[in-house]
Amino acid sequence: MLSSLTSQLRTIWTILQHSFTKAETVQYPEQMPYLAPRYRGRIVLTKDPDGEERCVACNLCAVACPVDCIALQQAVKEDGRWYPEFFRINFSRCIMCGMCEEACPTNAIQLTPDFEMCEYDRSNMVYEKEHLQIDGTGKYHDYNFYRVSGLAIKGKDKGQASNEAPPIDVKSLLP
Amino acid sequence: MMEMLFYLAALVALLATVLALTRANAAHALIYLIVSLLAVAVLFFLMGAPFAAALEIVIYAGAIMVLFVFVIMMLNVGEEGVAREREWLGGRNWIVPGILSALLLLELLLALRHAPAATSGTAVAPKAIGLTLFGPYVLAVEIASMLLLSGLVGAYHLGRRFIVRRERKR
Amino acid sequence: MSELDTIGFGLVIIAAAVGGAAILTWFERRLLGVWQDRYGPNRLGPFGVLQVAADMIKLLTKHDWVPPFADRAVFVFAPTAIVVAMLLGFAVVPFGPDLYILDINIGLLFFLGMTSLAVYSVLLGGLASNNKYALLGGLRSAAQMVSYEVFMGLSLMGVVMLTGSFNLRAIVEAQRDLWYCIPQCLGLFTFLIAGIAESHRLPFDLPEAEHELTAGFHTEYGGMKFAMFMLGEYLGLLLISCMITTLFFGGWLGPWLPPIVWFCLKVFVLICFFILLRAAIPRPRYDQLMALGWKVMLPLTLLNLLATGAIALLLEGA
Repeated sequence: MLSSLTSQLRTIWTILQHSFTKAETVQYPEQMPYLAPRYRGRIVLTKDPDGEERCVACNLCAVACPVDCIALQQAVKEDGRWYPEFFRINFSRCIMCGMCEEACPTNAIQLTPDFEMCEYDRSNMVYEKEHLQIDGTGKYHDYNFYRVSGLAIKGKDKGQASNEAPPIDVKSLLP
Repeated sequence: MMEMLFYLAALVALLATVLALTRANAAHALIYLIVSLLAVAVLFFLMGAPFAAALEIVIYAGAIMVLFVFVIMMLNVGEEGVAREREWLGGRNWIVPGILSALLLLELLLALRHAPAATSGTAVAPKAIGLTLFGPYVLAVEIASMLLLSGLVGAYHLGRRFIVRRERKR
Repeated sequence: MSELDTIGFGLVIIAAAVGGAAILTWFERRLLGVWQDRYGPNRLGPFGVLQVAADMIKLLTKHDWVPPFADRAVFVFAPTAIVVAMLLGFAVVPFGPDLYILDINIGLLFFLGMTSLAVYSVLLGGLASNNKYALLGGLRSAAQMVSYEVFMGLSLMGVVMLTGSFNLRAIVEAQRDLWYCIPQCLGLFTFLIAGIAESHRLPFDLPEAEHELTAGFHTEYGGMKFAMFMLGEYLGLLLISCMITTLFFGGWLGPWLPPIVWFCLKVFVLICFFILLRAAIPRPRYDQLMALGWKVMLPLTLLNLLATGAIALLLEGA
């Protein structure tokens, strides 16, 4: 009984001492918090160092997305290269988890350190391709998917690297 | 002026009491009863008994009626309770209590006809009340306190049995 | 004072009390911020004081809704009761030697009566909402109020014994030599705790208890009706502070400064203390609250009463 009373009084005294401590609050709009370069914020689509869009419309990001906020339609250019006809992210559903970034084989889809995406109208939270596409290369400046994958390099032909299966002969019926 | 206030308060008290009797919803009836008690407190105050008025508010309106409302909340009477109450309040059930109270009222009026004027008109200070209570009326005070004590012991006994049973279950 | 002056002064007091309660909502949030190492509302106006106005506009423009399953008349009546009772309570407070509305010889009892009537607001609000959380909140408040009212009245009887009067002005005058907070320290302690419980503020806000009962008795209330409950609570805080000042800290008495300034200063310090309690102490469990009331506080007040009576008699005999 007496010990609990002293405990209460000590609590009051401790709190009273906090009159002289500084507030921990960050005054946000005036005082911006530091965001790391790899902070997971607004999603962008990036381009090759050559200026071609990286996205090959493989749909892996849409599959990986746990909240199903990504929708895209694949189309084929004259040279046979795939590209997204439309690419749509509903940011009112997006949870900024970064799964799409991890799933992307071409590093096209990337998350950026920007989180200030408020809108008065909810339908404005749906970003189309022209809103998502940027002209730069994002976080990976020298990476070009078509220069790295499926290529023979010095001393190794296609399918000879470790963990790599030989290329499939698409014209054969054998399993 | 004072007389008008008195009659106004008396009217409120009467109306509230009648409404308290006739309401089917228990919560509404209790609110009217509280209003009636408050009006009676005003009557006491106007008749020069401010101490009694204050006690009426503190004890009757403020504590005892709270317990009444508490019980109503615990019982949780719903729509069917209101319907049953309405049935009980209707028609014939009024006759016998009505006659009995009318007789009492008549007797009261007859008795009061020869009574002296109601109040002296002077306010009684709390100190005087205390001196009277613990002077000439000390026996009544003691008897009342014994009664309350027995009530307290009884309540404790009932509560204790409940506590013991719960502990045995554990 | 003439009758007209009294009415005018009464209006001034009502305006001051309601305005003070409104400012208090902001002040409390700022002060809690200080003690919890944050800022609190600091954006609107100087030091964020216009937050009060913003809150008021928000509450006033909200949809004034009565749930269809509620007992409509009682539901609407309930929030008014607490505000009216608390405002009436201010009538007997002597703010200065000549600054008072009512000077009656049962002032203290009047105050007790008004605080006990304020219970109905919570009780009927909980009952009329027809909601189980509200009902539980109402039940809790009923039991809590009745238990704490018992020793709230008794804890003041020591003061009454020493003064020999229920008149609040006489009580203040009797403290010219020594404030009652010293001879009546036990009474002060118990009255303080009862006062917090009566105005159901933290740490004794079990009728509300956000994380158990959503919002307790005012779960179904919104807009202006909720604002009335809030106003009543802050008026209660003001009233209790005024009463503690009057009864234990010598009311308007004090050197150099004018009486009303002393009174306000003391009330201000007490309010800060109440807010400190809110910042520091967690809410007890319900059975702990009841046990504290009946097993600790009531015996303490009775002890205080007995000792005060004995000493007063001894001093009179000597």
